Amino acid sequence: MSSEAVHTTGSTSMAHYGDYEPIIGIEIHAQLSTKSKMFCTASTDFGAGDNENICEVDTAMPGALPVVNKRAVEFSVKMGLALGCEIRKRSVFSRKQYFYPDLPKGYQISQFDLPLCEHGEVDFYLDGEKRKISITRAHMEEDAGKSTHHGEYSLINLNRAGTPLLEIVSGPDIRGPAEAAEYARTVHKILRYLDVCDGNLEEGSFRCDCNVSVRKKGETTLRTRVEIKNINSFRFVEKAVEYEILRQIDCYETGEKIVQETRLYDPDKNRTFAMRSKEEAHDYRYFPDPDLLPIEIDDSFINAIRSTLPELPLKRAERFEQSYKIPTYDSLVLTQEKALADYYEDVVKAAGGNAKAASNWVMTDLMRELNESKKTVETSPISSTNLGKMIALIDKGTISGKIAKTVFSEMWSSGKEPETIVKEKGLVQITDTSAIEKAIDDVIAASPNETAAYRAGKDKLFGFFVGQVMKATKGQASPDIVNQLLKKKLAGS
Amino acid sequence: MTKDNSNKSLDLAAVRKVAELSRLELTETEMKAYAGQLAAVLENFEQLQAVDTKGIEPLVTPTDLSVRLREDEAVKTKDIEPFLSNAPARSGNLFKVPPVV
Repeated sequence: MSSEAVHTTGSTSMAHYGDYEPIIGIEIHAQLSTKSKMFCTASTDFGAGDNENICEVDTAMPGALPVVNKRAVEFSVKMGLALGCEIRKRSVFSRKQYFYPDLPKGYQISQFDLPLCEHGEVDFYLDGEKRKISITRAHMEEDAGKSTHHGEYSLINLNRAGTPLLEIVSGPDIRGPAEAAEYARTVHKILRYLDVCDGNLEEGSFRCDCNVSVRKKGETTLRTRVEIKNINSFRFVEKAVEYEILRQIDCYETGEKIVQETRLYDPDKNRTFAMRSKEEAHDYRYFPDPDLLPIEIDDSFINAIRSTLPELPLKRAERFEQSYKIPTYDSLVLTQEKALADYYEDVVKAAGGNAKAASNWVMTDLMRELNESKKTVETSPISSTNLGKMIALIDKGTISGKIAKTVFSEMWSSGKEPETIVKEKGLVQITDTSAIEKAIDDVIAASPNETAAYRAGKDKLFGFFVGQVMKATKGQASPDIVNQLLKKKLAGS
Repeated sequence: MTKDNSNKSLDLAAVRKVAELSRLELTETEMKAYAGQLAAVLENFEQLQAVDTKGIEPLVTPTDLSVRLREDEAVKTKDIEPFLSNAPARSGNLFKVPPVV
């Protein structure tokens, strides 16, 4: 998702909702990147061969008992702390009963009334304004298997069954599609910073379910809500929510009733449609799982995890803006991924502190090349040190900004150090005024018509002369010196 | 819970709902029989609910043991055949079940 641009302008205004107001809450299921499953030692690599990573516990063989994965608890606490949640020191696993063939036990082990994390919040910027969305809870649970449907029958792969999930539930605080998408991006970014979830939306490691309802402005109670599932990109979060808001307003306006249901988003048609119209509301009959003891953790456990928390993305963006004096937009782009932010800071260091130049080179040249070749900063052929050194060479006047572009592409293809490239290719900037003067004299001598026209007042021709001189010096003349000397010489002195 | 509603039979609709949630197929006669039995069970719970539990922490588990967490180590499944051979139907290494949708 790193390729998705930072959202800066809200594409959907509230104006077209008339006197209606949307109320949105989001449930995010984040797959925790542990090696083994939540309650057993089977591998979480669900991309393995069909049913290759299953065991007695996740297939619900009689007598098999669940044993909690320590790292899953640690990751959950870590995310809870990053979301500013209170961490419950004695939390309880409960059984959520429903029947579906990819859930062999007939219940999912989840948390119900005593979840691990509660009462947090998430901050982000939307349209340059800081927004705060509350986190109701974040609890641990296990994933189900994967079903594929073939008309006459369905096929079940249980590789994914039992994979640890953290379900993060927002308060009903979100008021528009752009805000919904930005909230999801923010949670995603935090998970990636903490390195507790790989965040892959296409593979289902990060899933967003959006609860949407609308009401007349001024109303204080919530109307019937609809849950939208199957949204696998942040852009689709925005589109699906927008569609659903307008659909519901339309229903109310035409006197149709909204039924509480689950709808799926179809990105091809850009609409939502009802998934199942079960007459009977879900009745999961939760009760504490007698196979599992309460999860008891103490302050030292929590504090040990707290000490491993990295600087979080928004804090880091704010620090970048203040200490590096770069625009808000730049600071948000540069902190999208932890590795990118680390890379940028290393460039600044190697460049001797020129943060603005570092930001420009990373955000334009480097990110363009990375995107085109589908690479990340981790696999970039140009190391942060080399990019920083190259900027230092510009600042020292060794190379011009124009030559730097050549050095940059040479670094990209060869991975060599900038000094080596400059030496090997003889790219050192010409600052010797006599050499530049000589080139200027030659150009003026070779262009009598242009010289006459310029002296007659055609100022625009100045660019022509600069171009000719740069060409004659293979682009290596210092642009500053060329400008100075040219002006003098053309003036006829 | 303070009300004394010792009506001897449970609403048939309630029995039907519980049966459906549990995927049990019951005849009308069975439902009537269970309605009476379930009412007796509920009555017992009503007695329990009448106890004043103010100030007492809800009991989640009867033991004082605390959970033992397992280190995150994955073990490769040695043989998946025993799991699949238990299934009524399969397709390759996938479980085959009646259509869901």
